[in-house]
Amino acid sequence: MSDKIIQGKVYVVGDDINTDAIIPAKYMNTMNPQFLGKHVFEGLDKNKYLIDFLNKDKTCNYKIIVAGKNFGCGSSREHAPIALHSAGIRAVVAYSFARIYFRNSINGGIILPLETEFDLSGKIQTGEELKILLSEFKIINLTTNETYFIKPFGPVEDIIEAGGLTNYNKKLSLNINKNEI
Amino acid sequence: MPQTITQKILAAHCGKKEVVPGEVIEANIDVLMMHDITSSSAIKLLKTEFKNKIAQSLKVVVVPDHYVPNKDIKSAILYQELFNFAKEHNLKYFYSIEGGNYGVCHVMLPEEGHILPGNVIVGGDSHTCTYGALGAFSTGIGTTEVGNVLATGKLWFRVPKTIKINVSGKMPKNVMAKDIFLKVVGDIGVDGALYQAMEWCGDTIENMSIDERFTLTNMAIEAGAKSGIIAPDKKTLDYISKRNPNAKFNIFKSDKDANYEKIININAGKLVPLVAKPDLPSNVVAAKDLKNIKINQAYIGGCTGGKWNDFVATAQVLKGKKIAPNVRLLIVPSTAKIQRKIVNEGLYNIFMDAGGIMSAPTCGACLGGYMGVLGPKEVAISSTNRNFKGRMGDLTAEVYLASPKTVAASAIKGYIEGSLNVR
Ligand code: SF4
Repeated sequence: MSDKIIQGKVYVVGDDINTDAIIPAKYMNTMNPQFLGKHVFEGLDKNKYLIDFLNKDKTCNYKIIVAGKNFGCGSSREHAPIALHSAGIRAVVAYSFARIYFRNSINGGIILPLETEFDLSGKIQTGEELKILLSEFKIINLTTNETYFIKPFGPVEDIIEAGGLTNYNKKLSLNINKNEI
Repeated sequence: MPQTITQKILAAHCGKKEVVPGEVIEANIDVLMMHDITSSSAIKLLKTEFKNKIAQSLKVVVVPDHYVPNKDIKSAILYQELFNFAKEHNLKYFYSIEGGNYGVCHVMLPEEGHILPGNVIVGGDSHTCTYGALGAFSTGIGTTEVGNVLATGKLWFRVPKTIKINVSGKMPKNVMAKDIFLKVVGDIGVDGALYQAMEWCGDTIENMSIDERFTLTNMAIEAGAKSGIIAPDKKTLDYISKRNPNAKFNIFKSDKDANYEKIININAGKLVPLVAKPDLPSNVVAAKDLKNIKINQAYIGGCTGGKWNDFVATAQVLKGKKIAPNVRLLIVPSTAKIQRKIVNEGLYNIFMDAGGIMSAPTCGACLGGYMGVLGPKEVAISSTNRNFKGRMGDLTAEVYLASPKTVAASAIKGYIEGSLNVR
């Protein structure tokens, strides 16, 4: 993770974005990423979010999501980070995350959950260009030239570094085997 | 150092004398629950990454429930995968619909005696926190985690802080455990207990049936909590000895001077029937303050409100009454055993005489799956746990959450009604 940079357009959402908003339950009869990616944010309140997340042809212009508090609340469905990732999202920057969503992101290893010191959902606008410098815990808004800070991961950083829980566990078992020899 | 029940259980599962909130530990898992819609990738993961070997120490309980009997071809394929997995690994605890002993996972596991005090339990479903009502640490996980737990029998946790909720006083007749939870989540919000454990205690909880206790721990996730827990007492032990008489387990309780993040006191005697308005479980008001909310559907079911006690309460309200015209009353028992009891003990006739319909056990319309999916602009009152936009069907449909008694009373009136003077 040490020198990773994520740069791209941002889509901004508010507080308490739940997993039914990210990927509605009616799509829970499959875990196919390509399919899920075409339905991401279908449950979002159209009156509140005037710019659609997906284009008409189901492609997506965004790489980063900025959210308020409690992003990903609700169900345990890992379909949520899988769908976001498949649409092209590489990081969600939020004031706080619901815990299962947070775990799914860390353990699945495909999409980063980045917590911020302050709520950025009112400061950043959909369509602005962000550059996330993970090694410096810093986000630069290339559109407005503002800089924001993200919180360090703490002890779970090892899992992120490994690329998710599966790789982490496999690495561990490799180490154990080595020790046995 | 004084410890909460949650700290003690987690410490005992990572070989430590004590653990502190915030610490990340790797705990041994006693029970893993799997169901039909979050297992598919976990099964593949076990095969491709872990040589298809399940950790020997782990008890795996498989309960297909969300779309059984299969609602369409895609869900039939998911079911086949789960079925084949259970057969291939010779899993002893597979509650398949084929055997007729099946139902919604969070009601099945306790019913079949798989939940023991002091255990650490995880499951691929957010309401896995339900099992804490029997004094276990229990929490929901994602699919990658299910796959990894299958292989290793272990999982990392951040030891949570605990919010203690002390409930005292005698509940009024028209108030149920659901109202107590709605009161709390209404006050603290859907992230009010984020990452934390919610520990319930007080004389109201002591006097409460185990079924009602499950409602409190089931909904912990609706306040963002990692787990809900109630210290085991005589009722807990009786419940377990009836279902698993030879079980061996350890009983943990919080130390008197344990450290709590927050203590909430609730006077149950003062509560009134509550309703969570769309689109968040925390959007709580008194039922009597909602005027002229006409309903199309009243739903009694799900892991929150489809337990035996929920149907007894429903029958108390519905006995000898008829529901309003143009209202669908759906009775969805959570397990086949409950369904049988409903029939055997005469509740079935009460429901049918009132004008309701009863389905087989399933998660069904609780997640907008099938068996009562809401159309555009329809309004439902439901004894389930979530009312997010689109949760039970169309994005423009509205879901109000309430206790089974309030749902039944509303079905009779045709609009939301909490006073029960319909009796
Ligand atoms: S009944 Fe509803 S909340 Fe409970 S497990 Fe099924 S879908 Fe989830």
